[in-house]
Amino acid sequence: MQRPPRGSSPGAAGRQSIMTEVLRLENVSKSFGALRVTDTVSFSVPKGQALGIIGPNGAGKSTLFNLITGNILPDRGSIHLSGQDVTRLPAMRRVRMGVGRSFQIPQPFEGLTVYENLLTAAAFGQARREADVQTECAEILAETELLRRANDLAGSLSLLDRKRLELARAMASGPELLLLDEIAGGLTEGECQALVETIRALHARGITIIWIEHVLHALNSVVERLLVLDFGKVIGVGAPAEIMASKEVREIYLGLEV
Amino acid sequence: MIWLDTIVQGLLLGGLYALFAAGLSLVFGIMRLVNLAHGDLIVFAAFLILVVVQMTGLNPFLGALIAAPLLFAFGWLVQRVVLNRVLGKDILPPLLVTFGLSIALQNGMLEVFSADSQRLRAGPLESASVDLGPVTVGIMPLLTFASAVMVIFALNQIFYRTALGRAFRATSDDPVTASLMGINPASVFAIATGLAMVTVTIAALFLGMRSNFDPSIGPARLIFAFEAVIIGGLGSLWGTLLGGAIIGVAQTVGAQINPEWQILAGHLAFLAVLLVRPRGLFPRAVD
Repeated sequence: MQRPPRGSSPGAAGRQSIMTEVLRLENVSKSFGALRVTDTVSFSVPKGQALGIIGPNGAGKSTLFNLITGNILPDRGSIHLSGQDVTRLPAMRRVRMGVGRSFQIPQPFEGLTVYENLLTAAAFGQARREADVQTECAEILAETELLRRANDLAGSLSLLDRKRLELARAMASGPELLLLDEIAGGLTEGECQALVETIRALHARGITIIWIEHVLHALNSVVERLLVLDFGKVIGVGAPAEIMASKEVREIYLGLEV
Repeated sequence: MIWLDTIVQGLLLGGLYALFAAGLSLVFGIMRLVNLAHGDLIVFAAFLILVVVQMTGLNPFLGALIAAPLLFAFGWLVQRVVLNRVLGKDILPPLLVTFGLSIALQNGMLEVFSADSQRLRAGPLESASVDLGPVTVGIMPLLTFASAVMVIFALNQIFYRTALGRAFRATSDDPVTASLMGINPASVFAIATGLAMVTVTIAALFLGMRSNFDPSIGPARLIFAFEAVIIGGLGSLWGTLLGGAIIGVAQTVGAQINPEWQILAGHLAFLAVLLVRPRGLFPRAVD
């Protein structure tokens, strides 16, 4: 069922397809002690695509993000961003290459205001002067409905606003590739819907998205492709409908998820 | 009238302690590092100013101006080469390393500068005073206090008004997430320690002009600085100024009652504050 993903135009030359690939993982493996949390994972994401990642708890989804952002280094395999090998590049450098990330458990800088959180991410993430990113940050605040909390300390936010801030801050770092880690988890249906709209708008703007999510209907309303992870292995990649219909996936995934 | 005078003198003395403490507070606030060599670094800075003054014949203020960038570079280097390697979840390694640094500095200075008492000569300024109605205060204590206020004010401006300050606070909150926003914690820490060394230079300037110094007096300055930081609340810069003032006033009041009680009274005030407010007067809201 796993098939090598390709750039959208079938006639494109090999070099062309590399150029339009935002992310490519080749046989990436990572073990913590005897536990292999990422097991020869290979996949690629073409520019502008939204890829969903699903899998039971402990399948290694967040570890995969940590490998992509550079928080942890793989034992084997290679990671490429826009055709460049970044396997050994530190996290800070990858941010400047356009990797933005939101965390499963929101981790705002609590001692900074909401606006300062964005300003910091924008100035350092894009290596630009603060004066040049202020408008951009204000726009993101408006877009993520955080404008009214702009001058509040991030530590004082509600869960929904923290999730919004996660998204806003990741956007402020100027991502070409946006990694969202269970951003819809723990939200009410209405809150979730609002967040999905924001993500959809980002996607429409051409930002490549990889989204780990348990809230499947939210995920499937945005992504074009699903990747299923189990025990650190990729056990399926394909169109959401196709993946959800697969018996193997239903057994592994829905067997554990109510 | 004598009590008013005592309290004013104490406040001004507190300015010196706040200067001792500003760098310590900055470094602790940003990287949770208690620098046990802080007092020795002040003495080291005083000797460096002395060397500059003796070599160039400049007055101590200009000498400090020359010493400050050198000490910034020194702090930056020590952080990059030594302290960044030991910062982590465990608080013991950095304590041990700064303790080692303290001993190395003391003995190094003893070797190079001998145990002789030294002083930075500021000329007539040393004894000049100004009449402020009910009290007469020395120009030097007044300058010390004004410098402390300016240092704390400047650090606060940097902390809350600049990109660097936001990077300081973001890194202090969470270095790992900060690195995902494009901030390099190792470099942020190095700049912070460099900045702390600039405040140390100013502290050393006033220490050297107001009293004698020799290689052995560092640890006692560390204690005063440490108490000022704790009284103010860890990580609060204005709190540190207040902490310095409290110790200063307690010392002069103690000395007024009995000259032998000066140092003791400062420590007692510290204990009293700890008893009532164990986290200091202005603890951080988020920790």
